[in-house]
Amino acid sequence: MNSLFTPLSWSDSGLILTGVWNTIIISVVAIVVGTVLGLIVGFLRAESNKAVNVLFGSVLDVLRSVPLIIQLILFSTFVGAMGNPLAPFVAGSIVLSLYTMAFMSEVFRSGFESVSPSMQIAARSLGMTKWQTIYHIRLPIGLRAVFPSWLGVSLSVIKDSALVSVIGYMELLRTSEQLISRTQQPLEILIGVGIFYFIISYPLSHYGRYVERKMAI
Amino acid sequence: MDYEFHWNVVFQNMPQLLNGAFVTLHVSVLAMLLGVVIAILLAIAKMNNTKFFSQVATVWVEIARNTPALFQIYMAYFGLGAFGIHLSPYVAVLSALVFINAGYLTETFRGGFQSIPSTQYSASKSLGMTSIQSYRYIILPQMLRRIYHPMTNQFVWSILMSSLGILVGMSELSGTTQRLQSLSFRTLEFFIVAAVMYFVITKLVLFGSSLLARRLFKGEI
Repeated sequence: MNSLFTPLSWSDSGLILTGVWNTIIISVVAIVVGTVLGLIVGFLRAESNKAVNVLFGSVLDVLRSVPLIIQLILFSTFVGAMGNPLAPFVAGSIVLSLYTMAFMSEVFRSGFESVSPSMQIAARSLGMTKWQTIYHIRLPIGLRAVFPSWLGVSLSVIKDSALVSVIGYMELLRTSEQLISRTQQPLEILIGVGIFYFIISYPLSHYGRYVERKMAI
Repeated sequence: MDYEFHWNVVFQNMPQLLNGAFVTLHVSVLAMLLGVVIAILLAIAKMNNTKFFSQVATVWVEIARNTPALFQIYMAYFGLGAFGIHLSPYVAVLSALVFINAGYLTETFRGGFQSIPSTQYSASKSLGMTSIQSYRYIILPQMLRRIYHPMTNQFVWSILMSSLGILVGMSELSGTTQRLQSLSFRTLEFFIVAAVMYFVITKLVLFGSSLLARRLFKGEI
């Protein structure tokens, strides 16, 4: 008798690979955009006076204190209600990038603030212009100091990208969920998915801890 | 803009939303408490010289830290079904959160413990304190000070992550929101209110934690 469910077969690998690819692409977009925006916002926050800081800080605070899943649903229904629905990839990338930016800006701000003022004064007294000081002194020293935290945020973005599935983006976890409902083999599929995330995340998190230890000495 | 906001239906359903918020708080408090207990055991196991115990702890920590929370929840909800274990959404989300909290807190505890130089233990022993006294009065208070902030962050994180219950049909804040909006089709209104409620809960928890810190540590942290 034919069963209602068809088991997992090699022909499903295309679907799984699409999911893997979609997870990678949205994570890369979010990390790149989030890093660039975070760098700008972090620098502005390190530079600006208290009033601007409070304003920036409270907006970023909202992005950090509302669950990502709620932000995703809110944003995609909002643009839908406004009459121009976005593709899941676009909506997901925007929300995930802004979410990443909120965390990255804190990382970079602490990096910029870790460069001591006397070092900047020294650079200025050597005849560097303001931009040269930023480019040759503050950026390299500040960024090097926060590399492990940057890596940590990036890894959590890769893991959080799984949540974009709620607005219909076919990333790895959603493709696996669909395969589960067809094959009724949840354990095999989920373990495969887990291994994928683990393979990406484990070496990088170890590398981050290694760099951190090396810098601490 | 041709979208009209209708807030009435949201206010009518406020009791249900508040109930959902209560479930959110309650699952994250429980996940935190159980997570702390397991993390203490795992941290002890990880520093143990018996290879078996430290390896079990390491495997737990690495899996919890390197896979998405949603994956853990799916694993608890769908994956365990393969062994004939069918958890309710509440238990599935709770166990996933406990698993992850324990994984992250183990490293926090171990780091906190190892940051206290062992010479302090020797010093307190040489002052005539017993083992228990030196832990109670010297080691643990300092350790608590160092792990307090990471623990607060972990708690906030579990409040935010319990929102994933929406995907397995749990009736915490976002699950309730989802159910109510599907009855009334006022998606935006309901999720805006849910977002505000999460924000308020997070802020209240952070505020409460800083009050407690002031009492516990007398301002020096």
